[in-house]
Amino acid sequence: MTTQPRISVGPISYYWPKEQVEAFYERVAETPAEIVYLGETICSKRSQLRTDDWLAIAERLAAAGKEVVLSTLALLEAESELQRVRRICTNGRYLVEANDMGAVHLMAGKPFVCGHSVNVYNDHTLALLARQGLRRWVFPVELTHESLADMQRRRPAGVETEVFAYGRLPLAYSARCFTARARNLPKDDCQYCCIDYPDGLTLSAQDDTRFLALNGIQTQSARTVNLVAEIPRMRTLGVDVIRISPQSQQTERVIEVFHRCLHGEMAPHAAEAELAPLMPVGPCDGYWHGIAGLAQHSKALA
Amino acid sequence: MELVCPAGNLPSLKTAVDHGADAVYIGFRDETNARHFAGLNFGPAKISDGIQYARKRGVKVFLALNTYPQPSGWDRWRAAVDQAAEAGVDAVIAADLGVLDYASKRHPNLNLHLSVQGSATNYEALSFYKEHFGVRRAVLPRVLSLSQVRHVVENSPVEIEVFAFGSLCVMVEGRCILSSYATGRSPNNYGACSPASHVEWRETPEGLETRLGGVLIERYPQGCNAGYPTLCKGSYRVDDHTYHAIEEPTSLNTLELLPKLAECGIKAIKIEGRQRSPVYVGQVTRVWRAALDACRRDPGRYQPRPEWLAELGKVSEGTQTTLGAYHRPWQ
Repeated sequence: MTTQPRISVGPISYYWPKEQVEAFYERVAETPAEIVYLGETICSKRSQLRTDDWLAIAERLAAAGKEVVLSTLALLEAESELQRVRRICTNGRYLVEANDMGAVHLMAGKPFVCGHSVNVYNDHTLALLARQGLRRWVFPVELTHESLADMQRRRPAGVETEVFAYGRLPLAYSARCFTARARNLPKDDCQYCCIDYPDGLTLSAQDDTRFLALNGIQTQSARTVNLVAEIPRMRTLGVDVIRISPQSQQTERVIEVFHRCLHGEMAPHAAEAELAPLMPVGPCDGYWHGIAGLAQHSKALA
Repeated sequence: MELVCPAGNLPSLKTAVDHGADAVYIGFRDETNARHFAGLNFGPAKISDGIQYARKRGVKVFLALNTYPQPSGWDRWRAAVDQAAEAGVDAVIAADLGVLDYASKRHPNLNLHLSVQGSATNYEALSFYKEHFGVRRAVLPRVLSLSQVRHVVENSPVEIEVFAFGSLCVMVEGRCILSSYATGRSPNNYGACSPASHVEWRETPEGLETRLGGVLIERYPQGCNAGYPTLCKGSYRVDDHTYHAIEEPTSLNTLELLPKLAECGIKAIKIEGRQRSPVYVGQVTRVWRAALDACRRDPGRYQPRPEWLAELGKVSEGTQTTLGAYHRPWQ
């Protein structure tokens, strides 16, 4: 079994000014990406775009022929956050990406996608979610291609598999805002300082190794995961969707390279070399190969 | 409120029971639980001894089965659920949807608790676990403020248990893979955070360095006490500042919040530390038993006694304590 995976653009994980977000999606509309995930998934305080603004972008992307999916917050604590999620879950038009079990509960009986912050580690979990209406799931970023192969063999009919193939890795969520902490601001008075870091704030070990990226309440990898060289394997594993997580610069170029690679117009290792300079710090692919996530296994760049 | 205490082995279990625990929680000797450490946990014979010891004294035994099986490991988790049911534990504490589904179908009389690793921070999520698996109780991640905890309890279809004391996760449990990013092993995929197998201690001209999976976590000047390199508690550089960028090495201690937790309707409080010694378990259990009894007798005049705080301070990580997320300014 081989498939021709489609490209998706994941939700923007950073806090960008509204004009930048709108300009970004105008450019995305012109790319070969077929699926676009929209909405704030990290921090409910980020207010450059309200739900109505996201819906307006959704409308434009749908008109441009994209499949639009509305993404929900990963960490739901306050009632106001639940209300926001309820509104998205009852939008009645677009598919919803549930990023917390609370959203999964709200989507009961309706079609939905499970994002990478919902733990789907085995086929029993997948089967249970499929009975609730799961249409597509994002493979956990810390698992290996061997685990994916096992999952694919037992995947329920009608469920698509998506792999997080490019972007800084989502590693953790907290009640605390680490960007505000870095600026010595309390979370209650964060001054929306994460807007100053369009790709997150890089954190280094004391020997200057760039290690993590702080993105508000989320912690990401400093390195950018890149599985472009694994496209042939993803095809044989029957992966349906390849996700590219937006970065502030040249995401369209990343989409283009993945697209060309998917269509045999560029060799995987050439694509890898092409993408490396576009990353804020550098590449990694360790999780996919069963080693530490920060490791780089593919040798094209070594 | 029920006092739920950790037991990494039979001596700890007995100590917890003897010092006033209402329930103890244990795990099997493998990666089916989130304290998969060498030399820790229970084989089948010890579990049965432990259950017998606890039950004679009116104390419940819960079993943590709270990691996330991958397809290749499924049979091991399934067997663990069957063993737990057969051993007659009072509840299984689980996180994975597949495990919960199997347990609820195969063993309908087995009590299920949603582990903190299940990462449920809101009542909509709790409703899912109640409806699908009949979960009786949930342990909340250590990320909610006291008013958020109260709101969850008010709307929750299940009993709520919260962490009261011990090492502190600053991230939402069950959704943190920092550890595997550096080492390949995380609580979810292996049952351990910052595993000892990947720790290095190096004497260097700059001082003693601790590393995890090769990543420099902390650097100690000569003569300083070095702590265990838990990834989220290291000193890192952001811009030009070097500091505990994620969290200080500190322990959660909610002793002063007891009357408020009781008033919120919390059903049980949990002490962290299955990896700690029987001495720790004894000391901590004794203090919390005394505090809970004092709070129950007269919540209005309850005050943590200085000797309790001193006793807990001695066994705290970095010998500092915090109210964690319960306390709004911490966020």
